Amino acid sequence: METKSIMIVGVGGQGSLLASKLLGNLLTDEGYDVKVSEVHGMSQRGGSVVTYVRYGEKVYSPIVTEGECDFIISFEKLEAARFAGCLKKGGRIIVNTQQIDPMPVITGAAVYPEEVLEDLKAQGFDVDAIDALTPALEAGSAKAVNIVLMGHFAAHSGISRESWLAALEKTVPGKFLEMNLKAFDMGFNA
Amino acid sequence: MNYLKKLLIGNEAVAWGLYHGGLRVISSYPGTPSTEITEFLAKHDDIHSEWAPNEKVACEAAFGASLAGARSACAMKHVGLNVAADPLFTLSYTGVTGGLVICVADDPAMHSSQNEQDSRHYAIGAKVPMLEPSDSAEAYEFARSAFALSEEYDTPVLFRMCTRIAHSQCIVDLGEREETPLKEYVKQPSKYIMMPAYAKAKHPVVESRTEKLRELAEDCKYNRVENRGSRIGIITSGCSYLYVKEIFGDSVSILKIGMPNPLPVKLIRDFAASVEKLYVIEELDPVIENHVRSLGIECVGKELFSPVGEFSQQTIREAFLKEKVDVGTIPEKQGDAPQVPGRPPMMCAGCPHRGMFYTLAKNHITVLGDIGCYTLGAVAPLNALDSTLCMGASVSGIHGFNLARGAETEKKTVAVIGDSTFMHSGMTGLVNIAYNATNSTVIILDNSITGMTGHQQNPTTGYNIKGDPAAKVNLEALCHALGINRVRVVDPYNLAECEQAVKEELAAEEPSVIISRRPCVLLKYVKPKAPLRVDAEKCRSCKRCMGMGCPAISMKEGKARIDRTLCVGCGVCSQLCPFGAIADH
Repeated sequence: METKSIMIVGVGGQGSLLASKLLGNLLTDEGYDVKVSEVHGMSQRGGSVVTYVRYGEKVYSPIVTEGECDFIISFEKLEAARFAGCLKKGGRIIVNTQQIDPMPVITGAAVYPEEVLEDLKAQGFDVDAIDALTPALEAGSAKAVNIVLMGHFAAHSGISRESWLAALEKTVPGKFLEMNLKAFDMGFNA
Repeated sequence: MNYLKKLLIGNEAVAWGLYHGGLRVISSYPGTPSTEITEFLAKHDDIHSEWAPNEKVACEAAFGASLAGARSACAMKHVGLNVAADPLFTLSYTGVTGGLVICVADDPAMHSSQNEQDSRHYAIGAKVPMLEPSDSAEAYEFARSAFALSEEYDTPVLFRMCTRIAHSQCIVDLGEREETPLKEYVKQPSKYIMMPAYAKAKHPVVESRTEKLRELAEDCKYNRVENRGSRIGIITSGCSYLYVKEIFGDSVSILKIGMPNPLPVKLIRDFAASVEKLYVIEELDPVIENHVRSLGIECVGKELFSPVGEFSQQTIREAFLKEKVDVGTIPEKQGDAPQVPGRPPMMCAGCPHRGMFYTLAKNHITVLGDIGCYTLGAVAPLNALDSTLCMGASVSGIHGFNLARGAETEKKTVAVIGDSTFMHSGMTGLVNIAYNATNSTVIILDNSITGMTGHQQNPTTGYNIKGDPAAKVNLEALCHALGINRVRVVDPYNLAECEQAVKEELAAEEPSVIISRRPCVLLKYVKPKAPLRVDAEKCRSCKRCMGMGCPAISMKEGKARIDRTLCVGCGVCSQLCPFGAIADH
């Protein structure tokens, strides 16, 4: 098979490392060659963060560049737009409708494009927008936004729900498992 | 042997490689992207792991362990090797008893660093071998064999990582730990006492060792040729190799370099002779390229592949399109990304540094900064910093700044430095302030952890790398002992207290230290308070609360609004509101 590329993008602190760990464990268990590229350090402090996940028979590069991405999973609206150029023809963006203002917007130096998702759709991008924050809060924490989104992605991933649940149990620490299973289900069914 | 397949980041793979290679002692100082090597090793209870106060201490601790017969290591980021360069250059002369591996992680693209230096120059300068893997699987294999290399050639081994390899996961087959007994300790003055008479005898030994290592480089597992009989040939190393393979697969001949020092000669000559056109593709400086050219071999290198930043498969694709070389299918974008506002990193909501930076900015104080989360005090709207150079330079630098301008600046300049950075290299600068007497004011931003690198313990926290209780440096007593009489502690969540302390200490006619103390809000033991709310009736839209740059506060429909998912109830904004509109109701 041809190598598949996924990008998990969002704001530092939203839990993209856990999401990529889940995906990495899942794809390894499915028998693929897998590469995952993470972000540590300064950008984790509220900056724009991107994690790359690539899988297939043999994967060389751990990163994804313009026109190569099959799925962008975005934890925030603006970040979906920022990385949209990586999406290939036929690729899709799954995006949380949550809005987190970056500092240039907070200080008034820039304006948040409120219609950013509508604009992306108008440009011809395949955008699947869901509110992940409300179900995350319902599951028990705003921090579960990552797993709601991964649940939603799971429904489109072509990999069985059972495999996803097994990977989730392997990835998430015991005391948070119940909350995350709930969050996963809500995303899966959204 | 039992093999275990695991998906590992490069740093965890290095940790497993060192552990399975017989490591007994590792001493390091945290620094992105090297930190996790030591964190993963700290999970093993049958070896000793520790955070040292700085990289020089760490490297010398590893030296001592090697001298005593143990396989030992240290790990640091690229700029950390500048700090450890002093022991490194003479360790090259002494050699080792137990194998000694010095891991160094470069940061091309400066994801989390102040410069983009290429640590391969240290291997050349110190005349020691360097290994450089391309992914986690190689990181494991290379690290595992590094101790034997070190012992066989009686040299420390530099182990080079870069951000992309350190923080990329790939599947690794793990083996088992090789138990190596402690070597006997024998007093060897001519080997280990580097005074001129002994050192003079050692230098020729180092030169002949390099020639022996070069013979190894001609035929070893670290350097390999993938001969595909193609017209073009590529010499590459590190992650550049992955990008080359991504584009060309098995269609071009490649000489992959896994030992960037010393570089082979015959291997390169033979490879160059087997192709019509030779390219050298390496991130950062033209180290391999300069070597190739020094052999009188023509090649294309930095004129096509920039010495600035990181590469990707796109870099390779675009460069070879210019050369009219077939690069396969060109990816087709769904569309162009729209222009959107940037999202730079910033201090977290409730960060204890914010109150102090707000106070300094409000009073138009000149601030010499340092390395840590608090470097983010430089960004809008606080714009509180005037300089950031390297670890400790705030404290040493303010002394020189005040020497140059005297009373004019002494009354309106401070240095700011974190607790861990102060332990690393701020103390000696403070001694200089006291000893050579400038009326300087130093603020230690004590958030009780090493923050930016992801919460490592340090000598001021009272805990060691495993989280067990440890000796705790008393910062107040330490500053007194270093010769500072005026030392006071403030709570950065209390703006009035901060302002009073800053004004009084700047006015004082002697050097002083303010310890701005409150633990990092991200620490697990720090329980957030209930989020605050803005009473829209009382809010007069004066935007004063916006002036401290808290990510939880924004203006919505003309009124300030607090994001309940971000706010930790620190209460600093409520002290700024003149109308009492912010409260926890």
